[in-house]
Amino acid sequence: MAELKKTDEPVDATPNVSEVDVVDAHSEEEAVAAIEAPVERGEPILQVRNLVKHFPLTTGILFKRQVGAVKAVDGISFDLYQGETLGIVGESGCGKSTVAKLLMNLERATAGEVFYKGQDITKLSGRALKAVRRNIQMVFQDPYTSLNPRMTVGDIIGEPFEIHPEVAPKGSRRQKVQELLDVVGLNPEYINRYPHQFSGGQRQRIGIARGLALNPEIIICDEPVSALDVSVQAQVINLMEKLQDEFNLSYIFIAHDLSIVRHISDRVGVMYLGKMAEIGTDTQIYDHPTHPYTQALLSAVPVPDPDAREGRERVILTGDVPSPANPPSGCRFRTRCQKAQDKCAEEVPLLAVPEVFKGLDSPVAHESACHFAEEKDVVHAV
Amino acid sequence: MTIIDKTADVPAPREAGSDGVPLLEVRDLHVEFHTREGTARAVNGVNYSVSAGETLAVLGESGSGKSVTAQAIMGILDMPPATIPRGEILFHGEDMLKMSGEERRKIRGSRIAMIFQDALSSLNPVLSVGYQLGEMFRVHRALSRKEAKAKAIELMDRVKIPAAAARVGDYPHQFSGGMRQRIMIAMALALEPDLIIADEPTTALDVTVQAQVMELLADLQREFNMGLILITHDLGVVADVADKIAVMYAGRIVETAPVHELYKRPAHPYTRGLLDSIPRLDQKGQELYAIKGLPPNLTSTPPGCAFNPRCPKAQDICRTDIPQLFPVTERDGGELAGRGSACHFWKETIHG
Repeated sequence: MAELKKTDEPVDATPNVSEVDVVDAHSEEEAVAAIEAPVERGEPILQVRNLVKHFPLTTGILFKRQVGAVKAVDGISFDLYQGETLGIVGESGCGKSTVAKLLMNLERATAGEVFYKGQDITKLSGRALKAVRRNIQMVFQDPYTSLNPRMTVGDIIGEPFEIHPEVAPKGSRRQKVQELLDVVGLNPEYINRYPHQFSGGQRQRIGIARGLALNPEIIICDEPVSALDVSVQAQVINLMEKLQDEFNLSYIFIAHDLSIVRHISDRVGVMYLGKMAEIGTDTQIYDHPTHPYTQALLSAVPVPDPDAREGRERVILTGDVPSPANPPSGCRFRTRCQKAQDKCAEEVPLLAVPEVFKGLDSPVAHESACHFAEEKDVVHAV
Repeated sequence: MTIIDKTADVPAPREAGSDGVPLLEVRDLHVEFHTREGTARAVNGVNYSVSAGETLAVLGESGSGKSVTAQAIMGILDMPPATIPRGEILFHGEDMLKMSGEERRKIRGSRIAMIFQDALSSLNPVLSVGYQLGEMFRVHRALSRKEAKAKAIELMDRVKIPAAAARVGDYPHQFSGGMRQRIMIAMALALEPDLIIADEPTTALDVTVQAQVMELLADLQREFNMGLILITHDLGVVADVADKIAVMYAGRIVETAPVHELYKRPAHPYTRGLLDSIPRLDQKGQELYAIKGLPPNLTSTPPGCAFNPRCPKAQDICRTDIPQLFPVTERDGGELAGRGSACHFWKETIHG
């Protein structure tokens, strides 16, 4: 752990991370009260600080010995503001989904904090944790496996009420479920059907209705549309945007489809091998990327315009993402980076506004974890 | 760093005396599946052709019949339940549906090869990749084990798998997703076929790896002057590599067009809807255009045009008459080569 602390120095107060207003709760009641207090629009609702998750690698059957760790998430910090959508993009294996699980407290963090309204949820338990979980819900990627095939739609959407009966008293549950079906654009009469009777898009709507059941404040969406057909994706994205306005939700939107992330997000974070490579508003990331990984990722996305293929310069990365069990020293991207120099192998670049852009009043000045950050517009390239 | 430019050097046809016969031509192909719920008409009269060196993209959602058409061409449909009641598949002018099983087996793999979507489940997990690659040579070319292994290493080198000689004995699970897809490509290329059918070759891959794989495929296609049928639902990939496009919906081709034309001026409301539902920069914060409704169930496609329940332009005629693939022309009647649209109102759709 000591080693980690050295490399992950706390980041200065920057537009991305704000001062955490820690609420000191001495009893469970106080903690619950803090969790239930409302948050103003535009204030941070979730503050993640140096979050780390290492999965141990062990050998031996009886006498397990730890031989290493898969460093799935290795020190990331960001804020989520009330009412905004934060997009997280990255290749498979970069730790996006682990972050989602850590924010839900489905996995215990190895180190670091997640503050929800000033309460560190990694240390909560009992009633206070239950109250937090009510307010942070999740929509999963695969609508075929995330719904129990033996339960009716009514049971699936109503199940959260069993755990949190205060939201809907027993008598009104059925009606509440029907309202939810209506909200997500499904016929309320479908309440007794089973998941297999629905198409992929409709199933994802059921998943969203389940996420909405407890009136949460944050919904974490882990690749919510990647399993859907193109013509249905747009329907689900529109529904999610409508619900955000209606219920004042904050979204963390994890996806690998960069054009959809841009459409829905206010801010975007780019992850690589358990670290945040670059974070900023959608314009800053898409039009003024300064990290070479972001540039490569953006240029690899096929543009649905055949006229673009002749002139577009594409940075094609070689090789695969290195194993998170044994990440490269220094900057983790250096093994695939064209700009890599000796410094990159020795020093871990911090996620901060690069020196060269500091003080500039332009979209280039955003946080980027690269020693040699330089702007390059790859989306509209000549 | 690569600049992808495929249109600059249009390759010459492979066969010297090919006298205008396309490499592969599918004519009025029908495929039905007889199930307990009724007959599912997966393919309803598909026509398309590919020439040597050309890339045809078949675009469609799941259940549109794009993969079934490809399987019919390869001759790997499970029959029964599938039947091919009508149609011709001409390869170098010869109807493959009339050939014997033995004749088709000689074509399959050596002259027409296929790349499947999911490389992990398409490769045999208990055989080394070298053995699986070498099998092509042992079966079709009757090479010895040793020679086949040498060929396998050569192929792995060709698809840029690092340390090929050392990894030839490795098993599929020891490779990453992108590398496995390269092995699938190597296997398809092994006998230098005339035509490759790639069924969603990059759908399971990350964008950075997708770019690598598509680039490799394009390079090899150019080198061998192969015909390529690319089956996909990704409008971005199509725009990057295709020469011409066939859009499928509910087992029919609803629009055909050269790639640039299709993106500029779609002539079918379904194509237009698909293009409009791509998020664009200037639409940020607005609602995305969405095609309402769901793709039809193939056991009970709606009467008339299958797209009519979802179409914003549907009129009475659309609910009764099945539209032909009409040739699409300029407003003044000028010919537009290779364009067709199966819509009663294609004129209104393309010319506003």
